[in-house]
Amino acid sequence: MSILVDRSTRLCTAGITGREGTFHTLRNRDYGTNVVAGVTPGKGGQDVDGIPVFDTFREAVRQTGANTAMIFVPPRFAADSILEAEDAGIELIVAITEGIPAHDELRVYNVIKKNGHARLIGPNCPGVLSPGKANVGIIPAAFFREGNVGLVSRSGTLTYQIGNELARSGFGNSSIVGIGGDPVPGSDFVDVLALFEQDPQTELIVICGEIGGDAEERAADYIAEHVTKPVVAYIAGFTAPPGKTMGHAGAIVSGSRGTAQAKAEALEARGVKVGRTPTQVAELAISLLNGRG
Amino acid sequence: MDLLEYQGKQLFARHGVPVPIGRAARDVERAVAAADEIGYPCVVKAQVQIGGRGKLGGIRVARDREEARAHAQAILGMEIRGLIVRELWIEAASEIAAEYYASVVFDRSAKAPLLMLSTKGGIDIEQVAAADPGAIARLHVDPLLGFQDFHGRRLAFEAGVDQDLVRPIVDVLARLYETFVAEEATLVEVNPLIVTPDRQVKALDAKVTLDGNALFRHPDNAQLRDISAEDPQERMAKERGLTYVKLDGDIGILGNGAGLVMSTLDVVKGAGGEPANFLDAGGGSRAEAITAAVEVILSNPRVKAVLFNIFGGITRCDEVARGLIEAFAQIKPGVPFVVRLDGTNDAEGRRLLTEAQLPNVYVESTMDGAAARVVELARDGGEAGPTRHAAAAGKARADGGGDMGEAR
Repeated sequence: MSILVDRSTRLCTAGITGREGTFHTLRNRDYGTNVVAGVTPGKGGQDVDGIPVFDTFREAVRQTGANTAMIFVPPRFAADSILEAEDAGIELIVAITEGIPAHDELRVYNVIKKNGHARLIGPNCPGVLSPGKANVGIIPAAFFREGNVGLVSRSGTLTYQIGNELARSGFGNSSIVGIGGDPVPGSDFVDVLALFEQDPQTELIVICGEIGGDAEERAADYIAEHVTKPVVAYIAGFTAPPGKTMGHAGAIVSGSRGTAQAKAEALEARGVKVGRTPTQVAELAISLLNGRG
Repeated sequence: MDLLEYQGKQLFARHGVPVPIGRAARDVERAVAAADEIGYPCVVKAQVQIGGRGKLGGIRVARDREEARAHAQAILGMEIRGLIVRELWIEAASEIAAEYYASVVFDRSAKAPLLMLSTKGGIDIEQVAAADPGAIARLHVDPLLGFQDFHGRRLAFEAGVDQDLVRPIVDVLARLYETFVAEEATLVEVNPLIVTPDRQVKALDAKVTLDGNALFRHPDNAQLRDISAEDPQERMAKERGLTYVKLDGDIGILGNGAGLVMSTLDVVKGAGGEPANFLDAGGGSRAEAITAAVEVILSNPRVKAVLFNIFGGITRCDEVARGLIEAFAQIKPGVPFVVRLDGTNDAEGRRLLTEAQLPNVYVESTMDGAAARVVELARDGGEAGPTRHAAAAGKARADGGGDMGEAR
């Protein structure tokens, strides 16, 4: 098992004919992901290395049975594309696009929640990888092997760093989920923690947070109430000054809210071990896993 | 993007939020002319994004032209908590019978706009919230529904607004919400929202934050600037399309990926160093991106050493190494660099760097090791400058040229 993406994934890429869209869709297919379609308005009837392109999501779903969408269109068109995928009945939408306006994200989030039949991962995220099964997004699969650690993160590169350290010590992952660095992620730590808790392959969960918002604090409460598996955490941004956006649109300390210190304390108060460096996080995870083995 | 008071008020005016008339000025003559046009008494207000500017002498009432001139002279160029005042806002003086507070906040936790109203305005709202939480009425608006008058009435009655003011307050809240949505703000705050003796409601201050990702839909707003808050390195980085935040220390930092760079700052601090900046080069492995980034970092004169932290994912470490070698051929930095390459093709990248024998460049394979090394180098550079120069000069001779001389 694993979560979100696996061998039953039938992927359709929005923006498949763009440079990045083509590159990563083909990489995902090379990994073994079942890529069934692409959508680019006006290019219906064409194909990208044998993958059929459709004008609309509705048509792509009707003809190929696509159940997962990967959004690779530019920020100004991305919200529309996500909503189109949702309207067409896609179950899982993974939005890679960075730079979507916050009010667009707010609208998208609330529409998806209200309709209640799709799940959004991202935007501004590296996607989801279930090693050995499927890769949807831009996570470099070579660093990860199949295993029992569930990894969920607001940051891309930092996830690769931690995953790689685990892999070097012989540990692998059930799934790696990038929830993205924007202020209104479609799915939060809590949503993904719930999935990992239910997943039999996952024996330990690593969450990788950063400054801004209160997703880590809410995760801490959720873990205390609902998660029986051990959880290890990392928080980036202890040295970030207030009022400055640190690269990710959502990574900002507002006044005294959203600090790394407060997040680490909230997690530790709920019994979650928090590593102070990415290496320490990997070490904590490894010692817990060895202890169990 | 945080706006200055007057920029926020101009947006308010566009959406019908009542504000006192006013004019912006960047020099004394224009300030005096603005005061004459507005009439006396008027208020001369420093335009800096700092709370409490009134207490620090940045807001003064002028009863005539001479006072307006004196105040403009005193406030322009004044330093308020580290920011130099470069712009003034001259506005008609208002009589105040009561001070309220109103705001629309992008509540990322609730995923909905949060409206707040209080009749205890004029002071820091966080203090009010701490001392008397009941004094602030709040409600979330479903963004798919938008603001309705009943939202406004509920807030007005719950906040204890005087009966005769309920309608004007509801109207102001509707217009603030319209400003929030139409301008794609993440914060619209009015403190104080005043009631005049003749029962008019007016926004006496404006704090507006716009979403930088939405500026492509608002070309006018994209032009708004705050010259007092502009930092030379941050401006330079912006022009080159780099994500850069200036910090107080002396160790320049460059990495790929926002999370990894934030983490690098923390690890350097943990090793006893003080980062000079945050810089995310993104997937930038090409020489021009690296050259631009290195130029921005080194333009900060405080930088004594630089840490380059790369974890190659899609980005390949050998490409990064080639980019660095090319960048160094153009820039020839005068401070030591520690380069940590890990991930895709890292061994090849490290081999290329070692072979290139770049002067004053140290190659590391772990983040913790690289941080320890750069902190050590910055410390040596700070306390024993001549030693480093001697070492660098020796190295330059070994590399066979006066190149290092040109670099300084």
